[in-house]
Amino acid sequence: MNPKIRIRGLKKAFGTKIVLDGVDLDVLTGTAMVVIGGSGTGKSVLIKSILGLVTPDAGVIEIDGEDVLKAGPRRARQLRGQIGMLFQNGALFDSIPVWENVAFGLLAERKIRRAAARTKAIEVLAQVGLAENVADLSPSELSGGMQKRVALARAIASEPAIMFFDEPTTGLDPIMGAVIDELIVDCVKRLGSTSIAITHDMASAQRIGDTAAMLYNGKITWTGPAQGLLTSDNPVVDQFTHGRSAGPIQMALRR
Amino acid sequence: MNAILGFIAAIGAAVLDAVAYLGELTIFGLTGLSHIFRPPFYPRLIGRSLMEIGFFSLPVVALTALFTGMVLALQSYTGFSRFNAESAIASVVVLSVTRELGPVLAGLMVSGRAGAAMAAELGTMRVTDQIDALSTLSTDPMKYLVAPRLLAGIIALPLLVAIADILGVCGGFIVATWRLGFNPSTYLINTFANLRVEDVVSGLIKAGVFGFVIALMGCFNGYRSRGGAQGVGAATTSAVVAASILILALDYALTQVLFIK
Repeated sequence: MNPKIRIRGLKKAFGTKIVLDGVDLDVLTGTAMVVIGGSGTGKSVLIKSILGLVTPDAGVIEIDGEDVLKAGPRRARQLRGQIGMLFQNGALFDSIPVWENVAFGLLAERKIRRAAARTKAIEVLAQVGLAENVADLSPSELSGGMQKRVALARAIASEPAIMFFDEPTTGLDPIMGAVIDELIVDCVKRLGSTSIAITHDMASAQRIGDTAAMLYNGKITWTGPAQGLLTSDNPVVDQFTHGRSAGPIQMALRR
Repeated sequence: MNAILGFIAAIGAAVLDAVAYLGELTIFGLTGLSHIFRPPFYPRLIGRSLMEIGFFSLPVVALTALFTGMVLALQSYTGFSRFNAESAIASVVVLSVTRELGPVLAGLMVSGRAGAAMAAELGTMRVTDQIDALSTLSTDPMKYLVAPRLLAGIIALPLLVAIADILGVCGGFIVATWRLGFNPSTYLINTFANLRVEDVVSGLIKAGVFGFVIALMGCFNGYRSRGGAQGVGAATTSAVVAASILILALDYALTQVLFIK
């Protein structure tokens, strides 16, 4: 099966700090990939590079076999237009109500008229378990869990072929985290999307991922089934997933 | 020797930083301006920005203009009465307000109020990923966030200054007639006798430029802010300081161009 997203030799440095040092990654169509790794290892930079929010120094990023980095601006926008993104803190727009946040992408792409957008937004909110009376509230009036659901609703509203989730359970209690994970799995399966999630949360990684990859020292050091994360014999993965203080990651920090 | 080389290197680095900053600012400003004329347009956002920059700044600009006109009349009287030239007060007040004080004071007030608010709003959007989120939702942040504010700044400031001009003259009129004993009719005749259309128009042109500068500095500093709450605070301060200095510097440059006669 051809990968939906294919990354080769992706490099990115900020000043003298090398964040990505030749990342190779394949995400097969219709599968859910989880990328794990310590704080500051470049997980967010990786997905921001695919989204075009960060310009890589070198490498290839292909979506459906087409190199996004070599495509013209319009074509790159079209390719990236298939991506829905759930940001770590929701990144909801405070100045507009919940329904307008959810329908924002549809309105921006002129896919729908304003009157119909509210109805569509309420439908999508229902899919993530939110009632109609939430639609007219401001995002700041919602709890953290509800904001995450609204952000998920916004990400899925245009039924994207690719979805990215940046730390989807960060800041949520374990029960709400599990609820968000179930919603993510449900949405991805229903839409048949290909997804990449980045997380520190091993329980979440196993719930939402089919496959997993470990980012360490700017490279993908391990890939395998998400269910095998806790039993991997890779010392870096083993230390990270079990949260051990002793191991190669700490030694690298000491150096 | 090393100290000298270090000093030269520090100067060189500072110059390079300044040139890079100016280049970035110029590209940002031109890109923002170009989006004003290219669809899609966001009339609701332009209206909202007009309200924030124009309508909500009206009280502070009005009060500033009114009291400035009053003070100007009193101070002019103090000086001119020594030369028996009290009749020139009306002309001094109206020309000072329309040519200079109206646009500059309104610009500084709006910079402190709306410019700071713009920088804080965009800065917060930057550090909470809202600007990145716009990009992922098929929306160009320059078009959605910057262009409406630039356009609103260019439109709102001249309107504010027109009102400030009227209130500044009214302030002078109130003090001259109530406090200094001028005849109201004579004061008004003197006010309009030496006032030309170009005095007012030139002030409004200045105001349009200042409005653009305020919006540009607010958006630019907010847009490129980094590092959480501290970064947003720094962006807000930079926006107000830079806009204020630019207003004063451009005021001189525009005065040279517009009032050369």
